[in-house]
Amino acid sequence: MPELTKEAEEATPVGDGEPILEVRGLVKHFPLTRGILFKRQIGAVKAVDGVDFSLAQGETLGIVGESGCGKSTVAKLLVNLEQPTAGEILYKGEDVTRLSGRALKAVRRNIQMVFQDPYTSLNPRMTVGDIIGEPYEIHPEVAPKGDRRRRVQDLLDVVGLNPEYINRYPHQFSGGQRQRIGIARGLALNPEIIVADEPVSALDVSVQAQVINLLEKLQSEFNLSYIFIAHDLSIVRHISDRVGVMYLGRIVEIGTDEEIYDHPTHPYTQALLSAVPVPDPAARDHRERIILYGDVPSPANIPSGCRFRTRCWKAQDRCALEVPLLAVPAEFRLTEGPAAHPSACHFAEEKQVVPPEEKPKPQPKPKPQAAPDAPPDAPPGDEEQDAT
Amino acid sequence: MLLDVRDLYVEFRTRDGIAKAVNGVNYSVSAGETLAVLGESGSGKSVTAQAIMGILDMPPGKITGGEIIFQGRDLLPLKEEERRKVRGAEMAMIFQDALSSLNPVLSVGDQLAEMFIVHRGMSKKDARAKAVELMDRVRIPGARERVGQYPHQFSGGMRQRIMIAMAMALEPALIIADEPTTALDVTVQAQVMELLAELQRELNMGLILITHDLGVVADVADKIAVMYAGRIVETAPVHEIYKAPAHPYTRGLLDSIPRLDQKGQELYAIKGLPPNLTAIPSGCPFHPRCPRAQDICHTDDPPLFRVSEERRSACHFWKETLRDA
Repeated sequence: MPELTKEAEEATPVGDGEPILEVRGLVKHFPLTRGILFKRQIGAVKAVDGVDFSLAQGETLGIVGESGCGKSTVAKLLVNLEQPTAGEILYKGEDVTRLSGRALKAVRRNIQMVFQDPYTSLNPRMTVGDIIGEPYEIHPEVAPKGDRRRRVQDLLDVVGLNPEYINRYPHQFSGGQRQRIGIARGLALNPEIIVADEPVSALDVSVQAQVINLLEKLQSEFNLSYIFIAHDLSIVRHISDRVGVMYLGRIVEIGTDEEIYDHPTHPYTQALLSAVPVPDPAARDHRERIILYGDVPSPANIPSGCRFRTRCWKAQDRCALEVPLLAVPAEFRLTEGPAAHPSACHFAEEKQVVPPEEKPKPQPKPKPQAAPDAPPDAPPGDEEQDAT
Repeated sequence: MLLDVRDLYVEFRTRDGIAKAVNGVNYSVSAGETLAVLGESGSGKSVTAQAIMGILDMPPGKITGGEIIFQGRDLLPLKEEERRKVRGAEMAMIFQDALSSLNPVLSVGDQLAEMFIVHRGMSKKDARAKAVELMDRVRIPGARERVGQYPHQFSGGMRQRIMIAMAMALEPALIIADEPTTALDVTVQAQVMELLAELQRELNMGLILITHDLGVVADVADKIAVMYAGRIVETAPVHEIYKAPAHPYTRGLLDSIPRLDQKGQELYAIKGLPPNLTAIPSGCPFHPRCPRAQDICHTDDPPLFRVSEERRSACHFWKETLRDA
């Protein structure tokens, strides 16, 4: 990526692929101490250990990973709820981690967060109006006092709640409605970036879809950029333009949703994808599963070299010695195809783990009489595409 | 037939009135078979399981009707003492949250050995040896060294294995697993489900798998019962239901899973919210959320219509639903 001069950067209208947010070498270590009076540091939990990515305006970057991989810590660092140990978070080219006072406050206004648990992230003693309007107390320049109530009602309307509910309390709402309140609060200050940390994990299946649809609608309406963190891979694929896979504090593979889901080259991504149960009983028998052995190592004691090697079926001596960098693997560097995307593995190779799903939605008209002479094991409905 | 639940009703007395948690549930499981009970929170899937196990909190809960026929006899009239002999030895349960289901101040070895001491009258030493054997069987590495450790010293996946070991200990005929992998990461979830399926095959046990995850169901189940508002709205062999659901609720659940060919489009979402169990809608309880609802759905509670030999659907318009699937 070419270095931009300050002028050039200001001249370029952010929009056509120009990153609105860029993270470089982000690190967060939580010290482990021993002793009461004299605290000695005896180690560190390396929650985030060198993460790089960028986010373009209007884009959704999904971050997936298992518990303890550091994805939530990344979210907290982005909204400045935690201070990074090292690294830069560039918002429109400006390093947020070095800002303070008024400048920091202005940036934070533009990066808002939606939390996972709508039951604990809303103050039970505040009315919905106070919860959604609270950001205006901190950033009064956004809405003059007399205007706030109307704005909160508008926000309720935007997220699909009745504006008359403004005086109700969180316990009077269901889980999905509460998540809508959390989203309305995130929108109050007209942010450009929303960091959503597992926003639908606590919701029932039928309500999840409602909230995902709402997030997508809001994105196109307000040209929002999303960092969408979740462990549900199918939801992440649905909503994301690009996806980063995290393991033990690092991104091990990143690319467009097609590159990651259909052409994964990192063994962890392959294992993760193959482990996801597919809601299709017919896939049960003919799909290959990679079952990983053991658990994720402790982030306080990260394996040398490649951090995935302790669970990797491909691991060799080199993996214990050399840390693989997140870059397009050499064997794919000259190819053009979708396998050519950054993957932190010495032995990256393409492997399709999710059965291709391009078969059209089966449109079975009452089928007993359909083609009795067709072989019984013919692939279902290959020819009846675009029947509508 | 190993287990046959017939027309079961369970209520809870709450501050807001009587919550009708289970309203006439029927299902059955044979030896070696896996029944998946699918439903959202509040659908009554766990309460039914607790009633089968005999671990409902009564009061506030109350079984107001029905039979639970297990190995040929009705469990409901049994005294607690007799029930206790069945529980653990003949049927066992695996809970969602292993950390809060295991006793934090007893070593896992002691908790496993307890099964053999109480039910089989074994000596402490023999029971301990059995505990090690069990831990080996659920593939906990270093079982001999770890048998004296406490639950907090194990990872989530390992704790769930211990829960499975405990349920398997006396080789019961029936296992009820209530969201056994919901709290686990996908890679660990795959390990645990594989282990469970393998042990089930080995011991030819009946398995009731309670879950909300349509993916897990498709992976392991033989047949499915979909629950809504305390009743079964559809039962079917697993292959048929995914191909062509016969109830609009099942259809809605399947459609709300993100699919590849729908990327960039709006996801199908079932409108509205699950009903409040103290005020279940009249007629078909799903009618306020149903895209197909007609006048009859407001007034007449649909029975389970026979769709085919092994399929039932509680929808007045199951034929139309099936046709449009």
